[in-house]
Amino acid sequence: MENIRKRILKDRLFTLIVIVLSFTACIPLLAILGFIIKNGISSINLDFFIHLPKPVGEHGGGISNAIIGTFIVVGIAFVIATPLSLLAGIYLAENKKNFFSDVLRVGIDILASIPSIVIGIVAYLWVVKPMKSFSALSGGIALAIIMLPVVIKSTEETLSMVPDSLREASLALGVPYFRTILKVIVPAGLSGIITGILIAISRIAGETAPLLFTAFGNPFMNLNVTKPVNTIPLVVFNYSTSPYEQWHKIAWAAALVLIAIVFVFNFLARIISKKWKTKF
Amino acid sequence: MEKNQQQQKICYVNTGPGQKPGVSKFFKKDFLFKFILFFSGFLVFLLVLSIFVSLILNSVPSLKEFGLKFFVSKTWDPVFEQFGALPFITGTLLTSFLAILITIPFSLAISIYLAEFTKQGFYPGFLKNSIDLLAGVPSVVYGFFGIFVIVPIIRYLQIKLHIEPYGVGIFTASIILSIMIIPFSSSLGREIIEMVPAEIKEAAYSLGSTRFEVIKYVILPYARSGITAGILLALGRAIGETMAVTMVIGNSNMMPKSIFSPSNTMASVIANEFTEAVTSIHLSSLIEIGVVLFLVTTMISITGKIIIKKFAVHQ
Repeated sequence: MENIRKRILKDRLFTLIVIVLSFTACIPLLAILGFIIKNGISSINLDFFIHLPKPVGEHGGGISNAIIGTFIVVGIAFVIATPLSLLAGIYLAENKKNFFSDVLRVGIDILASIPSIVIGIVAYLWVVKPMKSFSALSGGIALAIIMLPVVIKSTEETLSMVPDSLREASLALGVPYFRTILKVIVPAGLSGIITGILIAISRIAGETAPLLFTAFGNPFMNLNVTKPVNTIPLVVFNYSTSPYEQWHKIAWAAALVLIAIVFVFNFLARIISKKWKTKF
Repeated sequence: MEKNQQQQKICYVNTGPGQKPGVSKFFKKDFLFKFILFFSGFLVFLLVLSIFVSLILNSVPSLKEFGLKFFVSKTWDPVFEQFGALPFITGTLLTSFLAILITIPFSLAISIYLAEFTKQGFYPGFLKNSIDLLAGVPSVVYGFFGIFVIVPIIRYLQIKLHIEPYGVGIFTASIILSIMIIPFSSSLGREIIEMVPAEIKEAAYSLGSTRFEVIKYVILPYARSGITAGILLALGRAIGETMAVTMVIGNSNMMPKSIFSPSNTMASVIANEFTEAVTSIHLSSLIEIGVVLFLVTTMISITGKIIIKKFAVHQ
């Protein structure tokens, strides 16, 4: 047996290493936030939100088209993905053990693990190629596919936590099945479902890879969903890889706006899941 | 009283001649509702299937033209229409394994700290929130941070070490990737470590073990398979990651000579060349790379999930 002092020393050393390593992992986050706020805040003013981008060489200019574009693309994804994923989530929560739902669960796991760039290829093949044009619609569809598994999983998880006694009470009162689901089970899990949707939105709002060859980007304002549209992540990508100093500044500011949007959705999700959580 | 009246109202509105009031109507609605639920599930399943099928169908031209040579040929030349994916496969393997190697000590430390050390208080809360936020940062922002902060640092180091100072390259991409997958592997590791039964830990403590000995001889051996699965799932993430890698890897279609040389991963070559692909064989080669990515990430994630499920059932 080793000396007791040596063992305690080893334990202390181990504790120290674990603590140092864990908190080193926080440095990148602080660095990212620090750099982006420091470099981005100077370019942010009202003009940045309401003006179109200017050509190289001219000062100023904003990203109003990209902000609108992000809302369009995310909005399309939200409209397509939410109803379908809620229904599929309810199905999985209601049919815990049957062959098809097991198969479906594997399918959803696969869907969740597909790299987002591959989803972009799929949206290109399905929408861009037949329509012969990059479009906001194709971008929205790509993001909807990414959103699906996230919302389905969170819906299923929340609804399966609703206790059976609630359902039994409702059914025993003679309430039909579909009303029991829609008026008892779903409201009981509503906060979890909304949290899932918000988390999914915060994830797709920052997606870039699937938009490269679907929404494509556009230097002008565009509200037509069958035409290419700019989004904030695309601005960050295109401007930061350009050689112009002036564009880099806009990229910093756009990155700041993007992070702010993503974190606001994340934060909302957390507040809702904390405050509204029904405890059983 | 009121409720009763309401119910009666519903019943009588739905009454058909000679039937029990309303009941059959409800059955029909129930059936329809159940059918809609099933149909949505089926639609999602069909979506997964058709993604797979349409990717395969669209990569057929390249599959026919190059066959298995696609995976061993080193030349990727859109001008002469020669396509071999070996440089990208190598690039992907190097970046993601390097990223995993860098991330393991940190993720393991975080999982142990959050699962076994203090659970409440300021520091664990701070750590947990930081990790959550790290997971929320969009990948394009990581790439952006990489270009303007990590690349200059790496370039400085390369000049000091007398290596060609590209700045961009496999090593830079792995560093960014390792930061991106920390939240993923550490949260999985934490869940697994928390599943280790308290009795065996307590037994070890009661024999006079220090915390280090409990973790080394009891927790880690017990949770080994689960932690491996967590690392595997993180690897799947790293392989499919596109934007951050594309922005800092240097985009060279040559075979990488060292871990500091510019390269391309499977995902980044798709991101770079897809919109510029003029010939259909170029496009279909890129889609074939997409199929490979799809299959690899799917297999990794299914294997990881199976291991974790087995581990969870054991408890």
